Amino acid sequence: MADSSASTAHGHPADGNKRDTLELIAGAGAAIFAGSIGWALVGSMNPSKDVLALSSVDVDLKPILPGQGITVMWQGKPIFIRHRTAAEIAEARNVKPSELNDVQLDKARVKPGHDQWIVLVGICTHLGCIPLGNKTTDMRGEYNGWFCPCHGSQYDTSGRIRKGPAPTNLPVPPYAFESDTRIKIG
Amino acid sequence: MAGLHKSEVTNPVLNWIDQRLPIVTMLQKEYGVFPTPRNFNYFWNFGALAMVTLMGMIVTGIFLAMNYQPNANLAFDSVQHIMRDVEYGWLIRYVHQNGASMFFIVTYIHIYRGLYYGSYKAPRELLWILGVVILLLMMATAFMGYVLPWGQMSYWGATVITNLFSAFPVVGKYIVTLLWGGFSVDQPTLNRFFALHYLLPFVLVGVIFLHIAALHIVGSNNPLGIDPKGPQDTLPFHPYYTVKDSVGICVFLMVWAAFVFFAPNFLGDPNNFIEANPLQTPADIVPEWYFLPYYAILRSVPNKLLGVCLMFGSLLVLLVLPWLDTSRVRSCRFRPTYKWLLWLWVLSFIVLGVCGAHKPEGVWVVLSRLATLYYFAHFLVITPILGKLERPLPLPESITQAVTGRPLENH
Repeated sequence: MADSSASTAHGHPADGNKRDTLELIAGAGAAIFAGSIGWALVGSMNPSKDVLALSSVDVDLKPILPGQGITVMWQGKPIFIRHRTAAEIAEARNVKPSELNDVQLDKARVKPGHDQWIVLVGICTHLGCIPLGNKTTDMRGEYNGWFCPCHGSQYDTSGRIRKGPAPTNLPVPPYAFESDTRIKIG
Repeated sequence: MAGLHKSEVTNPVLNWIDQRLPIVTMLQKEYGVFPTPRNFNYFWNFGALAMVTLMGMIVTGIFLAMNYQPNANLAFDSVQHIMRDVEYGWLIRYVHQNGASMFFIVTYIHIYRGLYYGSYKAPRELLWILGVVILLLMMATAFMGYVLPWGQMSYWGATVITNLFSAFPVVGKYIVTLLWGGFSVDQPTLNRFFALHYLLPFVLVGVIFLHIAALHIVGSNNPLGIDPKGPQDTLPFHPYYTVKDSVGICVFLMVWAAFVFFAPNFLGDPNNFIEANPLQTPADIVPEWYFLPYYAILRSVPNKLLGVCLMFGSLLVLLVLPWLDTSRVRSCRFRPTYKWLLWLWVLSFIVLGVCGAHKPEGVWVVLSRLATLYYFAHFLVITPILGKLERPLPLPESITQAVTGRPLENH
């Protein structure tokens, strides 16, 4: 049984305001706490510093003959480097933009003065398989570039998507020529 | 209100506990005398079978985790270590590996039971929705578990499935990096998949508790799809259905054991005996059999985003099924046309499964497109329209009358 003085004290308007304030402070505190710990927890799932540190790799291009390609690892991803023949460059340049699904000129995908070198992230833009075609003995598809065995996407000699379910061209990673026969990826 | 619960348990020790935590009373009410329709057939075993499978998976999983190493350099070898060196390791792993397939078999039949007998209809909509949530959680758990042995198919399956999220505009690639914890499937991915694969089964237990709690509020459906009208239509759960479930469990465990002892790798993929190699995609990436129908839906569309949306949509459409079905008759026994169209839907699901196992070329593309079309048309077009057009067969007066042939006794 609550006595009468206690029940009037509970019904007092000033006391009601105080309880509202306490509720707001507690609610805001809980929201801030949940938000900040949530931010940290989700953040911990992003690439860590050691993963980010493996961010560049040097490649010597000298041993790669025209027509050949090599695969190097960069950030855990395969990078295709292909030494294109004159015919392959011409093939990539003589395409009308209207024939491309993801319009990009071959010139914009190579470094100026190094038309023979195409450098690509070798991961199919559909669902992440490694396309075939970097070895001369591989199947290269109808456009003489790369062919993804998983779902049949076909890329041309500039790594542009020409046929199949992949939505975009093979991306060109950030890289620069340190000399005519040496590049730094990343 | 405070005070002890008035327990009717006679054993003094149990009575003392029950007064303070009425767990015996609760079990007696929910599993002892719980009134259950008297006309269940063996399709009503599959919920219990799924529960038994989950328990088996959790127990074997805990013991596997004692010897498994969630490290990209050690994972593959640690699984071989379990198979060759750990005492009975081969048994525990094969039970777990085949248990995943068993879990999906019984769950798919359990879902089909719900579809055929209209268990998703009012008042069981929320019960059904919780079931769909359980299916989604199961799929996530199974997918991450398949990655752990770190074989070629583990690795490339993980790559293909996580890449599905890259289809979403703008945020897609950030989601994928967040899932991977890097720029490809690698050590951080394996480590977090292990953590989540250990966690999710316990989340499943929680959602299954809600699923059963909701079931015990609205009561079980039955093969006739009509509500019990009184005590003459029901039986106490114990001993009638505890025994019927036990029979089913014995048969089910024999099937499970047959796979474990005689064909442990029948449902697996030989590529997973090769350690993961990030530089070489296997000639053909195929998921485990229980994901094949969804994989076929994904590949039936030449557009990446649309394919991904249809694949997720094929599961999410189940969430709204209670409102798509306009027929008030639950059981397909009394729906002469819908019954056959539902079988056609099952056929489309099986055809999709077969298509998912083949390369998307030639006839398989056409077949998977037709089956995808029917899969969705069944739910989105046929179910709403047919519910209004179809003339159902006359429903029996009561469960008792239908099963005994005698008219309803007066009570």
